[in-house]
Amino acid sequence: MKPPSQIRRFLRHPSGAVGLALLLFFVAMALAAPYLFPQGPYKMVARPMLWPGQNPDLLLGTDSLGRDLLVSVVYGARVSLLVGLSAALASAIVGAAVGLVSGYFGGWIGDMLMRITDAFQTLPSFLAAILIVGLIGPSIGTIVTSIALVSWPMVARLVRAEVLRIKTLDFVQACRIMGMPDWRIMLAEILPNSLGPIIVATSLLVANAIIIESGLSFLGLGDPNMMSWGGVIGNGRSALRMAWYITMIPAGAVVLTVLALNLIGDALNDVLNPRLRKG
Amino acid sequence: MTFSILDSARAEPVTTAPLLSLEDVRIDLRPGVPLVEALSFDVAPGEALAIVGESGCGKSLTSLAVMGLLPKNLKAGQSGKIVFEGMDLATASEGKLRGLRGNRLAMIFQDPLSALNPVLSVGAQIAEVLIAHARMSKAQAKARAIELLGEVGLPRPDLRFGDYPHQLSGGMRQRVTIAMAIACDPKLVIADEPTTALDVTVQAQILDLLTEIRKRTGQSLILITHDLGVVGEVADRMIVMYAGTVVEEGPVAEVLSRPKHPYTAGLLAARPSGSYVHGGQALSDIPGTVPAPDARPEGCLFAPRCARATARCREARPPLDRAGARAVRCFFPVDGALA
Amino acid sequence: MSLTDTSARRAPAARLALPPWARFLLGRLGQAFLVMALVVIGNFVIMQMAPGDLVTVIAGGADMTQEQMADLRARFGLDLPLLVQFWNYVAQLLTFDLGYSYRMNAPVWEVLSARLPTTAALVVLSLLFSVTIGTVMGVVSARRAGTLTDMGINAVALVLYAAPSFVVAMLLVLVFSVKLGWFPIAGLTTVSAGYTGWALVKDMAAHLVMPVTALCTFYVAIYARLARSTMLEVMDQDYVRTARAKGLSETRVIYVHTLRNALLPIVTMAGLQVSTVLGGAVVVETVFGLPGMARTAYDAVFQRDTTMLLGVMFVSSLAIVIVNLAVDLLYTVLDPRVSLK
Repeated sequence: MKPPSQIRRFLRHPSGAVGLALLLFFVAMALAAPYLFPQGPYKMVARPMLWPGQNPDLLLGTDSLGRDLLVSVVYGARVSLLVGLSAALASAIVGAAVGLVSGYFGGWIGDMLMRITDAFQTLPSFLAAILIVGLIGPSIGTIVTSIALVSWPMVARLVRAEVLRIKTLDFVQACRIMGMPDWRIMLAEILPNSLGPIIVATSLLVANAIIIESGLSFLGLGDPNMMSWGGVIGNGRSALRMAWYITMIPAGAVVLTVLALNLIGDALNDVLNPRLRKG
Repeated sequence: MTFSILDSARAEPVTTAPLLSLEDVRIDLRPGVPLVEALSFDVAPGEALAIVGESGCGKSLTSLAVMGLLPKNLKAGQSGKIVFEGMDLATASEGKLRGLRGNRLAMIFQDPLSALNPVLSVGAQIAEVLIAHARMSKAQAKARAIELLGEVGLPRPDLRFGDYPHQLSGGMRQRVTIAMAIACDPKLVIADEPTTALDVTVQAQILDLLTEIRKRTGQSLILITHDLGVVGEVADRMIVMYAGTVVEEGPVAEVLSRPKHPYTAGLLAARPSGSYVHGGQALSDIPGTVPAPDARPEGCLFAPRCARATARCREARPPLDRAGARAVRCFFPVDGALA
Repeated sequence: MSLTDTSARRAPAARLALPPWARFLLGRLGQAFLVMALVVIGNFVIMQMAPGDLVTVIAGGADMTQEQMADLRARFGLDLPLLVQFWNYVAQLLTFDLGYSYRMNAPVWEVLSARLPTTAALVVLSLLFSVTIGTVMGVVSARRAGTLTDMGINAVALVLYAAPSFVVAMLLVLVFSVKLGWFPIAGLTTVSAGYTGWALVKDMAAHLVMPVTALCTFYVAIYARLARSTMLEVMDQDYVRTARAKGLSETRVIYVHTLRNALLPIVTMAGLQVSTVLGGAVVVETVFGLPGMARTAYDAVFQRDTTMLLGVMFVSSLAIVIVNLAVDLLYTVLDPRVSLK
């Protein structure tokens, strides 16, 4: 495994390059938000429902409360990416841990863990997220937790499959014979060799988490202290007839971000898991 | 010594018209990189011909070319004539070919487990050939399929009809693919390594079954194999392929007892039983490997691995010399030229 | 003592003398039970973690003294130890008593059973349409792999795959209701028209076009991608070559031999879709004002109607478990190898 060549192959991959460029654009937006617009997204700047271009200072116009839509979209990138990354990371860690243990030890522990994983995967995930966030109270914390709680099974299954394959390989057997403790074999030998599928899955998990978060915010279950794309779309709903741009501009941002992550996921899959793909 | 200038312009000893005749067939991987070249041979009606060679010599490609089943990229690089019952298959339309496949021309593949569809019952897989070509109704096809399962030696064929491939043993599965191949009483059956994937104990039974069917129906058989051991049991005549072309041809008994091409001699010597035939000499091996399609030598294809090769062998490709039923592609055949 | 001796003696004891299909069914039922157990435990935990309880909900409007509230808590058993409360909750669910909604002034099951058909219709229709359309797209795309058609379908799938259902819903409303006026914007029927019979069916269909479409698009993309990759994989299989060698028509090779096998992962995905599509239904029922069960969950969140919300979760999970059992049975029909595993 030579990382530099894989990075080069990723960048040469058409969907990888396009996806990465798009994602970097939104990341830059999220990072620059407080510097570009120190006044924050909640300030009323002009009369409500100004169409984009009507006022040259307000590029994307204003929403139904007279707030600058551009500022909302830029700040929304922070929430989407923050929630997406933390939820994906949390599910990747939980999923990887469950997958590792279940695959490595096998037997009844492995069976038990996989049954539980299956059960979690069968749950109506978005409904569960609504339940958790709705009843415990909407905040970034509950949103991330609820997303992670319903997303980790996919990683667990992937990692388990990888572990089952890797643990039969000679170098792992050799470590066992040398008397290396199980936890070291898992963390130092098996985990690094199953990173490929984990990375691919994580990129898709970020996309999925962004979709769930925007859905929750759309329903009014977003963190009330953060401006989120889903929230802007939800608020714009009632003004759809008169000012559809309020809904469609942040909707475009959601779609483009998710698209970017999916493109990255596809490219990563081609680069990191060549044996999973042909034709 | 009789030299022919072109392989295709040879004196043909077979009196009846051949059932299948390949003339100067060539299959290019890319322009200028042939996988198979200068390939010519005939199959007479009722004859069993063995095609022998190591993996990668082009024998399986040859069978796919006859069936018109080459992958698209290779089909584009195919030239030469493949005449079957007077029709050139190389230029025939897909519709014409489809009418022949499974009907006049049939094929048995190497691994019966992967060659059978896992989600369809074996009976249905036999019956669909009959429905497609023999215009049978479903009920007729089912009755005939059960008969066929009995003919290939499955006990209680009426019960086996509804079985799925995974419920049968390897030998039973291969009997099913044979039943599928002979369902429409084809004129030619091509069996591509039909026993390689099977247990040793079952191999002989399958070979016997193939011979028994051929004797009973008068079908021709092309047996593709890398195993010289099975050739003598089944085939009348054999051709030996090396690096995409024929290097030796002749009646099985003659070729096996008096090989003319150094490659054939090497193959026989590399065989445990072969070494006994040759007076118990030590098991020998052919040095080197088959050249890759894009790295084939200018001269004789076997020259780099041949102990007898001279400067002449490295400069020019020898033609396929023919004398009577035998032919060899070598400037310096083992034990002198053909009689 | 030889090795074969021990294994021969141990074998009958170690294995239950059950036919394979029975063991398969038992395993599946066990899994279904586990899912429901998880839901019940999860529900209970959330109930405990949620700020306020049933009594605060009831007390919500009315003025109540601390004594009155404590009295009510005792009546509902809310002052009992957690384990006892949990046992009571389980015992209540076992009799399929989902509790009483004090917000709706009706038993939860009564409310949900009236709204279940709408949600079921949405889910079933979107499942049917997305599997069919997605699979057709994937098959076409795989048969023309590398051509412009293939690239076009891939591009469409990529965009649909990135669009959340509420975004699609809003776009549909904007284009087809607000701008073009082709479809009614909300509701399940045109109440004022008072249609009956065939006219009512047509009216409902018109109302369902956009909601079903909004629920479908994401899954159409999933099935298109899945069908394409599995079709390509199956087309490489030896048995497809055998089918061609038998001189079968291209239609038969593709639809009987290839697609039959490529359907297996699609069916698995359909089982998973049932559980995720219910989430989409919440959004879609809300946007299109449909009187469904998922929408009830949304309303319950804002009315802090915990009993109702937990009831929705329980009923949905039960429905999913039942559908998944059905999918498993369908799988054994489609893949004869499965029941023997």
